[in-house]
Amino acid sequence: MIQTIAFYLFATLVIASAALTIVARNPVHSVLWLILSFFNAAGLMVLVGAEFIAMLLVIVYVGAVAVLFLFVVMMLDIDFAELRAGYAQYLPFGVLLVLVLSAEMIFAVSAWSAGGIALSASVAPVPEGVPNIEALGTLIYTRYLFIFEGAGLVLLVAMIGAIVLTHRTRSGTRPQNVSQQVKRRPQDAVRKIDQPVGQGMDL
Amino acid sequence: MSNTASLLLTLPELILSVGSLALLMVAAFVGDSATRAVTWASAALLGVAALAALFPANGGGLAFDGLYHADAFSAFAKLLIYIAAAVSVVVAPRFFERAAPLRAEYPILILLSSIGMGMMVSAGDMLTLYVGLELQSLAAYVLASFMRRDSRSAEAGLKYFVLGALASGILLYGISLVYGFTGTTLFSGVARAFGDGLSTGELFGLVFVMAGLAFKISAVPFHMWTPDVYEGAPTPVTAFFASAPKVAAMALLVRVAVEAMGPASSAWQQIVIFSALASTILGGVAAIGQTNIKRLLAYSSINNVGFALFGLVAGTAEGVAAVMTYMAVYVAMTLGSFLCVLQMRNAAGEPIETIESLSGLSRTRPALAAAFAMFMFSLAGIPPLFGFWPKFLVFDAVVGVGLWPLAMVGIATSVIGAFYYLKIVKTMYFDEPAPAYAPVTSYTEGTLIAVSALFVSPLGYLAIPALGAASLAAARSLF
Repeated sequence: MIQTIAFYLFATLVIASAALTIVARNPVHSVLWLILSFFNAAGLMVLVGAEFIAMLLVIVYVGAVAVLFLFVVMMLDIDFAELRAGYAQYLPFGVLLVLVLSAEMIFAVSAWSAGGIALSASVAPVPEGVPNIEALGTLIYTRYLFIFEGAGLVLLVAMIGAIVLTHRTRSGTRPQNVSQQVKRRPQDAVRKIDQPVGQGMDL
Repeated sequence: MSNTASLLLTLPELILSVGSLALLMVAAFVGDSATRAVTWASAALLGVAALAALFPANGGGLAFDGLYHADAFSAFAKLLIYIAAAVSVVVAPRFFERAAPLRAEYPILILLSSIGMGMMVSAGDMLTLYVGLELQSLAAYVLASFMRRDSRSAEAGLKYFVLGALASGILLYGISLVYGFTGTTLFSGVARAFGDGLSTGELFGLVFVMAGLAFKISAVPFHMWTPDVYEGAPTPVTAFFASAPKVAAMALLVRVAVEAMGPASSAWQQIVIFSALASTILGGVAAIGQTNIKRLLAYSSINNVGFALFGLVAGTAEGVAAVMTYMAVYVAMTLGSFLCVLQMRNAAGEPIETIESLSGLSRTRPALAAAFAMFMFSLAGIPPLFGFWPKFLVFDAVVGVGLWPLAMVGIATSVIGAFYYLKIVKTMYFDEPAPAYAPVTSYTEGTLIAVSALFVSPLGYLAIPALGAASLAAARSLF
């Protein structure tokens, strides 16, 4: 019972927020609606017992992709009125895409009800009674350890690459030097003077 | 097998990983003044890794439940890769010193790329293959645009990145199809599933995997990126691209074709035949009009990859051995040619890349002209130079399986290629001298040119017994 209610709640919210993503006039609002729709999709994933994918949705899509979108939308100076101006011009193309997508959906549903294609049995079946995060973790850290470490090196290369291609030391800037600040003592910086009246100050 | 025993088998990758992380720390804390030390330390690390690859712990075998193979084939390929990588590390400082001081990340990225290449040639599983390939490619994209102030270098990096990502997508799509229809990513499991008949889905997977790998070896019709990237990238990086990753991708292609898709050889044979013929013809014809020496060498590499593919067409142990011999000689010829290109600097020390500037080189720099001519003759496969021998082996293997017509067409296409190689020799020896190049100041490069010239000279034939035995042992370990 509670599952059914949760399902309808999440499903309605996903569809509603997805629709609002498209119709919202302000692109920042669009991205915020998109984030809400991701959260609700994550809820649906939890309901079907795929908690790993649920976390992935929240961490990767909400945490990284959506925030990146938000940055792009807010940082770039895009004239959205101008973007919308081509609406009528691109309408036939959009309609075509809609037709293709709906045809694909009809095909997928009818193929699904006709029974699956003969894909081979899974080599690594999900063990019973173990949450799938734990099952995945066991595989990644034992059988696929070598590849997991390799993937770590790929990320390291991406980081080095980003630094190599963008980092530059600029001359003429005055960056904060923490160790110099900490080393500075009061006697180096402060001078007590007894200023006589009527004379200029000696700096 | 325990993880410790598996890790011992991956010792070359382990050495390079730990070494590159340590050098990265040195580079980060000491700064650019450590570049020279980091460069030489990287070359030394590659040497140590090559030793570890040649003498694997307890005689080699499978590591991590078949994800990783340490056999004679991977040892042969890794030796070539590490040598080529070390040469491209060593020649870099002098090239970069004019434009901008070399940064210590250059040798480190090459080390990381070598780890990826080692994973590629040792792959026993589609996942190892993919992660290794990505590690190699990602480092290569950064290296291509290493001179980021140079717009051509930036363009090369961007082009390589976009097209490489597309190829990775194609490859990954093929891998997912193969996994979906065979139920495993292990090469041995894929071979077993392909053995009981090839379903349409598996065939699709095979075609996509082949297409993705053809991009990485820049075989026609997936070669379009090669001339632009080779021309734009800094010359030491181009020398690296033309040698080490080519060997790695070729070895990977051979391993996938033989070990994973061996039972479906009739399916991939057609693809490889088309690709080999198209590469040799296009590599020969398109190079004729080039005026930039790096672009010309890019087409030359496409042409040579086509010839190496002929060995794979045969599909026998002799054919695979011929491919490996070809790659060994190809690395020597290509690195030699690019080392000669590195000497092309005008009086002010700026690098020049036009073929015109080579005019009359025989009178201004006779030794350089002689070495360059030797590499060109060898790349054209003209006896008695050593470049003839692998071409002979490759066609011998093709004839050995009864594909006479293919061998004849292949030999005819090598005549097209000979034209532009000879044109360069003619420019150097018979044209009026152009302004002389700046004198050589580096003994390292001179020595390297001399060594590779000796190897491709008729003296190279003395290496045939050793090279032949090693490549045959490498090929046998796949069958």
